[in-house]
Amino acid sequence: MIVSFGYMDGSGEYFITVDNSKCVKCASKPCISACPKQILEAITNDYDELVMAVKNEARNRLKEECSVCKPNTGIVNLPCISACPFDAIKHSW
Amino acid sequence: MENRDFWRWSEDVFVDTSRDWRSANIISCGIDVGSVSSKAVVMLDGMLYAYSIVRTGVNSSESAKKAFIPIEERTGLKLNNCNFIVGTGYGRVNITFANKTITEIACHGKGAHYAGGPKVRTILDMGGQDCKAIHIDSEGKVTNFLMNDKCAAGTGRGLEVLAELLEIPIEEIGPRSFDIDEEPEPVSNVCVVFARAEAYNLLRKGWSKNKVLAAYCRAIAERVCSLIKRIGVEPDFFVSGGISKNIGIVKRVERILGIEAVKSTVDAQIIGALGAAIFAKVLYEKSRG
Amino acid sequence: MFVVGIDVGARYIKAMVINDNKKIIVKKKLLSGYENNSLVKNLIKDLSEEAGINIDQIKKIGITGSGKETVDKEGIILSEVMSAAKAVYYLHPDVRTIIEVGAEESRAIKINSSGNVVDVVVNEKCAAGTGTFVELMARTLEISLEEFGKIALQSESRIPMNAQCIVFAESEVVSLIHSGVDRKDIAKAILDAIASRVSAMTRRVRVEPEVALIGGLANNPGFVYALKNNLEVDNLLIPYEPQYIGAYGASLLVLETVSLG
Repeated sequence: MIVSFGYMDGSGEYFITVDNSKCVKCASKPCISACPKQILEAITNDYDELVMAVKNEARNRLKEECSVCKPNTGIVNLPCISACPFDAIKHSW
Repeated sequence: MENRDFWRWSEDVFVDTSRDWRSANIISCGIDVGSVSSKAVVMLDGMLYAYSIVRTGVNSSESAKKAFIPIEERTGLKLNNCNFIVGTGYGRVNITFANKTITEIACHGKGAHYAGGPKVRTILDMGGQDCKAIHIDSEGKVTNFLMNDKCAAGTGRGLEVLAELLEIPIEEIGPRSFDIDEEPEPVSNVCVVFARAEAYNLLRKGWSKNKVLAAYCRAIAERVCSLIKRIGVEPDFFVSGGISKNIGIVKRVERILGIEAVKSTVDAQIIGALGAAIFAKVLYEKSRG
Repeated sequence: MFVVGIDVGARYIKAMVINDNKKIIVKKKLLSGYENNSLVKNLIKDLSEEAGINIDQIKKIGITGSGKETVDKEGIILSEVMSAAKAVYYLHPDVRTIIEVGAEESRAIKINSSGNVVDVVVNEKCAAGTGTFVELMARTLEISLEEFGKIALQSESRIPMNAQCIVFAESEVVSLIHSGVDRKDIAKAILDAIASRVSAMTRRVRVEPEVALIGGLANNPGFVYALKNNLEVDNLLIPYEPQYIGAYGASLLVLETVSLG
């Protein structure tokens, strides 16, 4: 199952997508500690798989929360994506 | 003109009077407490028997009970006659009498599978405060999911604000948006807050209310399609949720995506509760070994 | 010799007359409406009367603001970004980051040591990061905008606001009121929420001191305090009459063209 967390509003579309079938293979979930704003957590999904999800309170503020890792200028290597060993995470912006 | 509540939609109840719950083997119940409406569905041996739709109040636990009352009043069936109750929706954690709670995503998948047929693969759910795009497999299991609940544009609440603004009953928005000479360009700004100024400007330019409605429906349809396109559209396509009753948006979505939605065998607003009732039957059977 | 600068905003039209020494002679603010063209025509007349000058002593008129296209027959059209940068840099040449929060738009501008604009980010599509958010919430709380800023400063609490859209925030505020939460705590929560959004927008051009805040919301002490905290800067500069900066910048820009021409 592929789950996207985030939102779209007048200014654009901001989604973090987690491929659950890849994510479930990872036991330690290093992405969670890699995030400087601590917006990721481990949950059990509807199909009893232990996977990463974006915390509820951060889902509608992704543009803001992720702004620390995504300035307008400069090279960006997102910590969450870099930490993931299975290439399960994607950002839509 | 008297003070009309333009945002008010009609509450609803249905009972299949040809059946009797007293002679059923398994009575399963699904309750979906949404942010705007609450729905209760009762199935007898896996077949739809009754449903009701009410407006969610301030208290979601009370709303869950309130959703069941119209069914009880018409059939004599009480909550404790049900073999298994599954709660879902935004307010599901507060449905204290539910045997289990399941997310509305999984429930919508199952519900669409039942109401739209086993060939349904893409679901668009337009609810009171959110919009969801869901992919399911041939069993109704969710394989891809995306939701927007941050922005009111494209949700029931957004349409309610628009209805109030233009003083048009919400149920008339759809049909009236097609009572025009030519399809206008969509409004540039879907933000419901900016809609007040934008709508006034259009009306002052000589646009009819119907044309303004069309421009808004088109803009909303475009942004909804943008959401769906993120996960792709695969036939069969199914639309659920309160806004599925607004042909102004649904027809335009179909036009943009180039695919027609399959007909729903039940009121599209109850899909979540229906899925919950289906899960309830399965879980009850599992518990009996 | 005089010039006029006009900022046609979504809520207010701000205008001023300046002389060739860049001194502000007279300034005025009025509510923008649906007939901005005639409003602006009369505004120019009123301004010159108040300044005690003849209309033909006005050499040029510079027009900026979101409504500038609706009055373009009156003068030279200038962008909001250029106008803001011009005035702020003139008044405070050590500013590198300019934040403008208007009624329906907000933006962050990065300028270099020569006052040239090097980066811009604009929010014009979502009302939650604009003055309209505060205005609507004030109405929901049934207090004036002036009250709003003041009482927020009295609050010590930190209630998070979950809703990110004004429409949903309204319902959330109503629930908070019903559950007996003190209005000052709600006011603070609202200002924290918008300050958080504005800071996040600003971070996209990178926050570099000195930071200046302009636009109508700069007059709200509660908002200024919340923004300063969110940006984590030592200083948040509010230029004199922050709501008129756009108009001042427009007048400075057209003044330059007069000297050249």
